[in-house]
Amino acid sequence: MIAVPCVSADGKPTTSGIAMLAALKSGPSTPEAVSKITGKPLFRARSGLRELVNAGFVKQVDDNYQLTTEGSKLVP
Amino acid sequence: MEEKTDEIRLPLIGEKAPDFEAATTQGTLRLSDFKGTWLVLFSHPADFTPVCTTEFIAFSEIYDDLKKRNTELLGLSVDSVSSHIAWIRNVKEKMGVTIPFPIIADLNKEVSKKFGMIHPAQSKTETVRCVFIIDPESKIRTILYYPLTTGRNMKEILRIIDALQTTDKHKVATPANWKPGDPVVVPPPGTTEQAEERTKEGYDCKDWYLCFKKL
Repeated sequence: MIAVPCVSADGKPTTSGIAMLAALKSGPSTPEAVSKITGKPLFRARSGLRELVNAGFVKQVDDNYQLTTEGSKLVP
Repeated sequence: MEEKTDEIRLPLIGEKAPDFEAATTQGTLRLSDFKGTWLVLFSHPADFTPVCTTEFIAFSEIYDDLKKRNTELLGLSVDSVSSHIAWIRNVKEKMGVTIPFPIIADLNKEVSKKFGMIHPAQSKTETVRCVFIIDPESKIRTILYYPLTTGRNMKEILRIIDALQTTDKHKVATPANWKPGDPVVVPPPGTTEQAEERTKEGYDCKDWYLCFKKL
């Protein structure tokens, strides 16, 4: 089983995942900025954003990450 | 006839550390996730063992010192994530120490083989106590190997990071037993002309090839 702390087994974002989604609410951002906003280490921001991309809540455009429609619904 | 082996060549100092993706106690991580920070990647023989427990407590104690040095910690053993979680919880409950860094569950030994962490003459099933200090560009800068019976020295790990970062920042070397604040070694001259000039450059020189300076 692959451990994913930002998305739970039922496909919903965890508390960490929601915090990262909230960090993207104001617009596309880099892992460095998400790390700063959430207070999580850079490696956790990178891996968490990757998980959120795989789960369909975030999409990557070049070096930036932004919310998908699904992701936006979770951080109104 | 040459005997074929499936042994992987070990990464050496100065080489790029091999990337990997592995399950950890903080999710699936890649080595490349640590790009931009220094990393201490270390292996331990097994969870719920005495020397390893003292080491994990000691690594936790230097965690803040490492963060000040833009350095992350990443542990590894061939135990499962569940075993790691149970051990971390036990250390917290019995010893009152929170393990703040991720630990790789290298059940298939994929990462430990890439980094030469299994020394069969010591143990065919457990990783020995390795330390790889990897810089922000993913280059291996230091490799330490300890036997199963000897716990690591955290002060030395911090000292090495200080020395490497000082070298990178000031283009100098550090002498034996150096610690921050001590004089550093000026790189030796490469030509006879530079050697001649070196003793006139205001450094504390014992001779042309051994000169110190204060930072």
